[in-house]
Amino acid sequence: MTLLENQPAAIPAPREITTKPRVSDQIFRAVVTVGGMSSLIILGLIALFLSLKGINVLRIEQLSFITESKWEVLQDAEGKIAESTFGLAAMLIGTFLSALIAVIVGVPIAVLSALYLTFYARGSAKKLLVSLIDLMAAFPSLLFGFWGFIVLMGSAEYWAKLLNKYLGFIPLFDVPAPIFERSPFIAGLVLAILIIPIVTAISREIFDQTPLDRIQAAYALGASKLSMIRAVVIPYGRGGVVGGAMLGLGRAMGETVAVYTVLNVVYQINWQILFGAGGNVASLILLKFGEAGPQEVDALMAAGLVLFLLTLIVNAISDILINRFGRRGR
Amino acid sequence: MEKKMQATTPSSLASVANGREQRVPGTNLLGTGLETRGVHAWFGKKHVLSDVSLDFAAGTVTALIGPSGCGKSTYLRTLNRMHEFIPTAALAGEVLLDGQDIYAPGTDVTKIRLRVGMVFQKPNPFPSMTIGENVLSGLKLAQLKKSNTDELLESCLVRAGLWSEVKDRLGEHGGALSGGQQQRLCIARSLAVEPQVLLMDEPCSALDPGSTFRIEETISELAKSMTIVIVTHNMQQAARVSDYTAFFLSDGGPGVMVETAPTSKIFSSPTDKRTEDYVTGRFG
Amino acid sequence: MTQTITPKPQTPWAVTIQQRLSTAGLITLGALLAGVAVKTTGLSGKLGFAAAFFFISTLLIFIQQFRLRDLAAAKDSLLSSLASLAIVLTLIPILSIVATVVSKGYKGIHFGMFTNDMTMASVNDPVNAGGLLHALVGTILMVGGALLVSFPIGLLTALYLTEIRGKLARPIKFLVQAMSGVPSIVAGLFILSILVIPVTQELNGLMGSLALSILMIPTIARTAEEMLLLIPNDLREAGVALGATQWRTVSGVVVPAAKSGLVTAVILGVARIIGETAPILLVSGGADALNFNPATGAMGSLPFYIWKAFLTGGTEEAYSRAWGGMLILLILIVVLFGLARYLSGRKVG
Repeated sequence: MTLLENQPAAIPAPREITTKPRVSDQIFRAVVTVGGMSSLIILGLIALFLSLKGINVLRIEQLSFITESKWEVLQDAEGKIAESTFGLAAMLIGTFLSALIAVIVGVPIAVLSALYLTFYARGSAKKLLVSLIDLMAAFPSLLFGFWGFIVLMGSAEYWAKLLNKYLGFIPLFDVPAPIFERSPFIAGLVLAILIIPIVTAISREIFDQTPLDRIQAAYALGASKLSMIRAVVIPYGRGGVVGGAMLGLGRAMGETVAVYTVLNVVYQINWQILFGAGGNVASLILLKFGEAGPQEVDALMAAGLVLFLLTLIVNAISDILINRFGRRGR
Repeated sequence: MEKKMQATTPSSLASVANGREQRVPGTNLLGTGLETRGVHAWFGKKHVLSDVSLDFAAGTVTALIGPSGCGKSTYLRTLNRMHEFIPTAALAGEVLLDGQDIYAPGTDVTKIRLRVGMVFQKPNPFPSMTIGENVLSGLKLAQLKKSNTDELLESCLVRAGLWSEVKDRLGEHGGALSGGQQQRLCIARSLAVEPQVLLMDEPCSALDPGSTFRIEETISELAKSMTIVIVTHNMQQAARVSDYTAFFLSDGGPGVMVETAPTSKIFSSPTDKRTEDYVTGRFG
Repeated sequence: MTQTITPKPQTPWAVTIQQRLSTAGLITLGALLAGVAVKTTGLSGKLGFAAAFFFISTLLIFIQQFRLRDLAAAKDSLLSSLASLAIVLTLIPILSIVATVVSKGYKGIHFGMFTNDMTMASVNDPVNAGGLLHALVGTILMVGGALLVSFPIGLLTALYLTEIRGKLARPIKFLVQAMSGVPSIVAGLFILSILVIPVTQELNGLMGSLALSILMIPTIARTAEEMLLLIPNDLREAGVALGATQWRTVSGVVVPAAKSGLVTAVILGVARIIGETAPILLVSGGADALNFNPATGAMGSLPFYIWKAFLTGGTEEAYSRAWGGMLILLILIVVLFGLARYLSGRKVG
């Protein structure tokens, strides 16, 4: 009766609870923390050493390293290096072009496949398909390049000729000379096939996590599968799927052997994707490395740094996108 | 009407049921009601529901009561063909809406779900849509064209008892409301497609008493124009809102419907001993 | 209280045989009409037929659904047609790649393969000459070396993320993801810049291992983290409640419980790098001779064997050799993958 009339006692502040860990634990924690920092250390070292090696060339070329489109090492009469210019622009363009083709062709197929796997496939067929696609994600890129050269090239050339015939009025699909093999288009196709399994796997995981109660609410309102997917699955998974697409983009940008085997790596700017010339930064490094003198090696290191930073940025954006939707609780 | 807390004695529940305004089915009813004949349900080999035959007359509120795990929710989901979403689900018997078996071959299931709506236990408005969009989402999902969506929007929210609270913020997101408001939003959403039956699966169990009260008022209003079937764990709620009550029970095997009767009778003089044991609180 | 006979369970909502037949019929009709279209219009080749087939079948199904039900159902059928097309487009390359490797690869295989290296033979020689022993040995040594470095680091990273969960956990998780995106050629360049050029000035197997470990660490760390998270917290609490230090709990309880998961992580890490070519080309040189010493001299590897045969040879024999090597590599990857799947099906312990 009178309890309620008393003044409530002041609420005490929570006690601070501390433990002094045992020595073995302190060592344990220290070791694990250092090990855990390894990724930070390694990434930092990569950036550092590539910069160190490449700094000379970068200092000379400065911004034209990225904007200029010339990569030559001129030798004088005695075979000594006389003059060299290093400008990555053509290869940067090639990197973006082939990766973009890969994403434009591969991501829609991957997302639709993921929708199929999550919402249409059932039972053992579903398990088989998922296993097959996950297995394909483990194939080495050399295999894709190889297969692309030997098997896909013929058909891809044919499609390129078709594109040129009907859409050749668009400059992108025009060619200066009818050389259709080993073009950025084909490289883009190979890269698309390479990234489809990864993007499918990520998208599938995201679609799987769509909250069941929202799906049921949509169906209970009389939705068809398409309506349900548009109203619930896409808004929920949009961010993550875009993140997965960016992951595919990053992968396509950094690919070396798959592009090298399929593309005629020639140092020139080539916007005309159906024409057989071009390259990306990674395949340039591979191409030039064998016979590079010390200064050219430095330039290649600088190119590697540019590639490293580019893929780092793309992957960072992808990571933020994939993880963000989970935290928002949408 | 007495609404304060009463001891759970059958007689007091019965008096609550009796004390309530007796309902006269209105003239703006849709359809003739819902009936199930000999409905069984399985999940894989497990027989979870056995031989349930119930008749839900138009304009009535029927409560399904019983201890947890006796198949009430499963039964509810057979009424709007949500049961089939579970991969190993199977069914026998008939569910007749206006005399037509909804499981007949060639039936368009999306049309059935437009006529038999559902409100779930946990409120689930679509977070990517605004409040206004949520209410009208059923139209978009079923691709129905309506000409006077603003009027429809307002009338659904009014009937759900939410209009006054949200009329100025229809553009806000659905997740910004309280639990009780979200549930009323879900009710408004299911009204927009003009169902003739509304199924409610423990709609108030996740809500506070104030919201529960408001939703029960809504149920009473809605019953004037449709048939309502509500699963509830709360016997007082059954007494407060329903005209008829069906008692479900499982003895470890499939759930069965033990008894169905007008609500006041089931609480005052149940026919089956098991029912009596349950409503007097001897178990459950 | 009469005993009623329980009726049989039915699934009236399941797709009926009639529905399946009618869909199959429409698809067949689509194929026929596509054939007609190819013959009569300018469409030609496989692509023309495939495109016509898809469009016509989709259209037929759309019309059928529209007449049977309504526009919403017809639009729904469009999505299901597109999704089916997508999965077929995804499957065709997988099947083609596997079929190609098997059919072209078996010609490149012979029994002597596993006992000879390429010192006495050139890539253009008939396939029976030489072998890939040096490549296998090289791959095993380099992968093993990479594992020695990557497993501890990967495990420690995973332990930091799951057991210590310090303030740096989120940045570190992010960095592990970032590291998994490092292009393989950059990993090679890095080892070049930090070790080969300044220090050893030699291309050898050890350098290859180190370059590969940069690619392996993120895979092991991520998989190990997932597996450690599967271990229920009750186990950790039980250890701590018994008075064990965190070190003992982790080493004595958590890690043993996650054993099969950690093995899975290792297997997936190995599968990740076993086919990597670019870093090896940069830092391991290419050897035709058997070399058991990772610290000196160029070291061969399966990817290099394939690469050399493919790019420097020009004859059918060289290609067969390359495909043969690829077949061996693919078999290894499939086996590893299958093992990992089997193990992760066993989850804890």
